[in-house]
Amino acid sequence: MQLTNRAKKTDKSELSLFERSYLPSLATGLGITIKHFFQAKPTIEYPEQKRYLGPVFRGHHILKRDEEGRERCTACGLCAVACPAEAISMVAQERVKGEEHLYREEKYAAVYEINMLRCIFCGLCEEACPKQAVYLRHDKFVPVFTDRSDVIYGKDQLVEDMNQRYQRDAWTKEDAMKLWK
Amino acid sequence: MSSFVQWLTESMFLWKALIIIVIFAITLGIAAYSTWAERKVAAYIQDRRGPNRAGWGGLLQPLADAGKMFFKEDFIPAQADKWLFILGPCLSMFTALMSSAVVPFGNSFIIGGKEVFVQAIEINIGILYVFGVVSLGVYGVMIGGWASNNKFSLLGAIRAASQNISYELAMGMSIIAILMMSGTLSLREIVAQQHGGNWNIFYQPLGFLIFTVCAFAECNRTPFDLPECETELVGGYHTEYSSMKLGFYLFAEYINMFASSAVTACLFFGGYNYPGMDFVESQLISALGANVGHNVATLVGIGSMFTKILFGIFFFMWVRWTVPRFRYDQLMNLGWKGLIPLAVGNLVITAGAILSGYKLVGIWVGLVLMVVLISVGWSMRPKKKNAIMGA
Repeated sequence: MQLTNRAKKTDKSELSLFERSYLPSLATGLGITIKHFFQAKPTIEYPEQKRYLGPVFRGHHILKRDEEGRERCTACGLCAVACPAEAISMVAQERVKGEEHLYREEKYAAVYEINMLRCIFCGLCEEACPKQAVYLRHDKFVPVFTDRSDVIYGKDQLVEDMNQRYQRDAWTKEDAMKLWK
Repeated sequence: MSSFVQWLTESMFLWKALIIIVIFAITLGIAAYSTWAERKVAAYIQDRRGPNRAGWGGLLQPLADAGKMFFKEDFIPAQADKWLFILGPCLSMFTALMSSAVVPFGNSFIIGGKEVFVQAIEINIGILYVFGVVSLGVYGVMIGGWASNNKFSLLGAIRAASQNISYELAMGMSIIAILMMSGTLSLREIVAQQHGGNWNIFYQPLGFLIFTVCAFAECNRTPFDLPECETELVGGYHTEYSSMKLGFYLFAEYINMFASSAVTACLFFGGYNYPGMDFVESQLISALGANVGHNVATLVGIGSMFTKILFGIFFFMWVRWTVPRFRYDQLMNLGWKGLIPLAVGNLVITAGAILSGYKLVGIWVGLVLMVVLISVGWSMRPKKKNAIMGA
């Protein structure tokens, strides 16, 4: 029974004396390896060269602010529930009078932490968020840790900077390549 | 005191000491960079880039490796025989370094009216010395494997011993054919007789093939690296070794590769000879004067020798990353039932050709005759009934 055309029939006939001397197959093998020796290598030398990752790449997390600079997160905890790696934890607090310019909703996240060693960058938190608050940036990696104390990212590293707002632009390859320079 | 200084300058002592030190340093340097080259060749054959972080193109990698080796824990198992455990890698390294002593790396330098051979010692039994030292080399592996008091180490050591003994026979016989042709055991004279493109490879193609296969087996290189076969024996004879003792074992392997490439170059590829050698030398002498011209020509010859050696080492690596490891019974079958009979046949053919007076033609005709005889014999062999296909 033939399922595909890719199956190769093995030749099980007895080897001739010449073939049994092992030399012809040895020569063929040496020919193949020397061909690979001189071939161009597909390696991308990462820190020096960066490859195009596409506009939907899921990288560093960001907690968005709205147009007036207020934090969008209302600490509902849906992202933490959705997270398969249980990387997100938060402490909710009620907004008091005078904080309306800081937090958009009546409840906000006083502490919002992501453990970057646990995070698998699946993007389920992004999908779960009802307030469009948490996103995974397409233009920034989480940097390399050198210490365990660097692993847990708090609000200081996650909340959007109003001077450098994050926009998911660069939809063409050329634009995206500029980002990774 | 002055007579001592006079003796020093007049005798060969200083120059010989210098040459020995230089050869020693070059051997170690080439062995160190073989580890780098091995990783590069492996990487390039597997479509990778290889080490490229330490220095330009990873050229400082051997230093980094050596530093790592030195700073690892030097562990001796409690049940091991401590002194033999230390002796093993020392012996391995010692014999490996000794074997290149008689190899003529170049012709000669004329210094102060004296002719100094570019060779550590010129003895008239050179090739015999190489064989003696190489067969001592297995002691390092044997002692190390036995002293480890570990089953896998012992199995690796036993494999190494039986493998080396088996392949030394075929290797020796393939060399005897060359000795019959040259009529001398001195490596320098064997090289000198191949002057003018008269290389032994043209006379001894089968001998070269047998010698190369045996050299792979003697160096414990893939496809014959069964003594350190990591799929079966963890690490073989050096399972229990760590730190620089392990480094010595690994290093000795690369020095052995260097030495066997050098011996192969001397025996089959004319050593420091290269085509158009006389023309180059006469041109250099007419341009630079007799002494300087001769010395520069010798340097060119040394360059040709090292080109051959480096290609030999590359070939070792090329084969390693191409051919999978043999099974132990295949190894023994090839050695005893394949190579030794072929080497004996080669010996008989060479003897006949020398007696007939037509060396080159006689040997090729003899080889063709042998191949015809073997294939006729093969086709007439009794066929097994119900033979398993492909077995």
